[in-house]
Amino acid sequence: MDIDVIISYLPLYKEALLLTAGIGWQGIALAFLLGLLCAVITHLRVPVLRGFVAVYVELFRNTPLLVQLFFLYFALPKIGIHISPTVCGTMGLGLLGGAYMAEALRSGLEAIPAIQSESAQSLGMTGMQTFRHIILPEALSSSVPGIVANVVFLLKETSVFSTISLMDLMFTAKDLIGMYAKTIECLTLLVVFYLIMLLPVSVLGSLVERRVRHAEFGD
Amino acid sequence: MQSLGIDVLFKGTNFIRLLGGLWVAVRISLISVALSILLGLVVGVLMTSRSKILRALFRIYLEIVRIMPQMVLLFVVYFGTTRVFGWNLAAETSAVIVFTFWGVAEMGDLVRGALISIPKIQYESAEALGLVPTQTYRYVILPQTVRRLIPLSINLVTRMIKTTSLVMMIGIVEVLKVAQQIIEANRRVSPNAAFGVFAVVFLLYFLICWPIGRLAAYLEKRWA
Amino acid sequence: MGQTLLKISHLHKKFGDRVILKDLNLEVKKGEVVVVIGPSGCGKSTFLRCLNALEDIQGGEVLLDGEPVRKDASNVSAMRQKIGMVFQSYDLFPHKTVMGNILLAPLKVQKRDRQEVEREAVELLGKVGLADRRDDYPRQLSGGQKQRVAIVRALIMHPEILLLDEITAALDPEMVHEVLQVVLALAKNGRTMLIVTHEMAFARAIADRILFLEDGEIVEESGDPKAFFEKPQTERARQFLRSFEY
Repeated sequence: MDIDVIISYLPLYKEALLLTAGIGWQGIALAFLLGLLCAVITHLRVPVLRGFVAVYVELFRNTPLLVQLFFLYFALPKIGIHISPTVCGTMGLGLLGGAYMAEALRSGLEAIPAIQSESAQSLGMTGMQTFRHIILPEALSSSVPGIVANVVFLLKETSVFSTISLMDLMFTAKDLIGMYAKTIECLTLLVVFYLIMLLPVSVLGSLVERRVRHAEFGD
Repeated sequence: MQSLGIDVLFKGTNFIRLLGGLWVAVRISLISVALSILLGLVVGVLMTSRSKILRALFRIYLEIVRIMPQMVLLFVVYFGTTRVFGWNLAAETSAVIVFTFWGVAEMGDLVRGALISIPKIQYESAEALGLVPTQTYRYVILPQTVRRLIPLSINLVTRMIKTTSLVMMIGIVEVLKVAQQIIEANRRVSPNAAFGVFAVVFLLYFLICWPIGRLAAYLEKRWA
Repeated sequence: MGQTLLKISHLHKKFGDRVILKDLNLEVKKGEVVVVIGPSGCGKSTFLRCLNALEDIQGGEVLLDGEPVRKDASNVSAMRQKIGMVFQSYDLFPHKTVMGNILLAPLKVQKRDRQEVEREAVELLGKVGLADRRDDYPRQLSGGQKQRVAIVRALIMHPEILLLDEITAALDPEMVHEVLQVVLALAKNGRTMLIVTHEMAFARAIADRILFLEDGEIVEESGDPKAFFEKPQTERARQFLRSFEY
């Protein structure tokens, strides 16, 4: 292994990491909002919308991100919708993640016993107040394990961004291998940089999960 | 408005080729799942072993698999082994190795979970009826473990099928690659083919994964 | 009431350094119903589990028909077939129907004829009032129904003695009654039983002999349940009984 080569590649990998992580977080934020919206729609049984949500969730949970990205990036322009690779990556991750987050949050909402909202209402809270102060916080905390797992999963999924010509970590590694054939160095850096991105999230995730579990009563 | 390219798929053998590409993806996942289930059963039993070292080793293995994107693993195995060991692994072999490496860890963890979730009282009441340990496993513990495992391993199959879309990145001609080739070949006559063809690929994945997922959900509910 | 069926002498049980049972001695005669009572954590359940070799013991011995019952013995399966046991928690096998639960051991362990066992199973199910539930899965049954099936599952092995470990403790009150009726009927038919329970009225009604266990020791033993419940001889038993209202 050639240390000089590694050092000279570092800035390129750093750039790529920032790009991957940046799109990753934006995509995850989008996924969370979309998922929450869908979960609430399903939970409140909003007519019509509920049907759309169900179709969306099933479609995106049962297809690979790579195929979704190809569709967004190569197919949509043919019907006149042009999106930049960055927006495409964010949207793709957001749409995929939204479907998974919706499932996680929905099961969190379902897990809340009816007596909780009944007792909130008997205290004189309105439906909206009950939802905001009682139902939502409880659902969020019981969905934490699912959300954490989804965050790690979505960050891993960012590894397909290179296919829509985003200069992410995979792209950089492949590009450099092709150009200079320093395979070992490139692959080592690839693994290390993914660890830098994912390890803290994974560790943090299990810490949060443990904390939330302690906050629950019993069980 | 011009045609959106669905017609391209009905020209010549295009659709058959696309299905052929899909079969490559499904084949890789089926082989990997079969290997994962076999080895995962062994690993899962070992993960419940009393040896701390053994458990720690499997824990590290599992964490590596959980944290590394399959794409990175594919690159490391496909490009790395050639470099380090001088092996020239076929792309498909590399893919099977990576997916099996991943599947065994996941499957092992599922088996471990299923085994420890059987309450102790189940072993004891079987023993109290005079069943010897092999009978206890054969008639009481394993049937319950398998029931918990089948829906979960079916889910693993759909995850594998979806993940196999990555293998185009190491040069395997699977459904996405075939789709690209078809679009490329018809660029002149049908410039908008990308829309129709990718929409069909999208749908094909859905049509494979969705029923399998439903089956898993049904079994999970039924055997809960 | 005839010869001694179960003989326990100098039984010692430890979990690590913690002594659970100290030097327990007991003889149970054929047809006798012995009820063990005592505060939670006094070792009652462990005591029963030792008799069926679900726990290993650190001293003393358990003899059934003069033969030792030991966890590491090669005949442990044969001995356990002579000892029926029903646990507190519903321990039916969830992947088998009521019939499947009952038939498993007679067919696989005792290798009996399926037709004969099935006939007996139907008859026993009828006696506990569950004739129509033979094809249900455990999750379709109430707690009381599950416990009655568990009793049938133990009875069909033709055990010489039945061990009942707080079989009503996890049940809703209205289901306790139906289970206790089944046990009372068994006692009337001369079934030998060793029962751990918290149901004092039941203990009083069914026992030929009462054992009061505390801190792993037999504090008081009485062949006259009525007298025991009205005038216990020891201060510790008196205190224990005072905490119950029945």
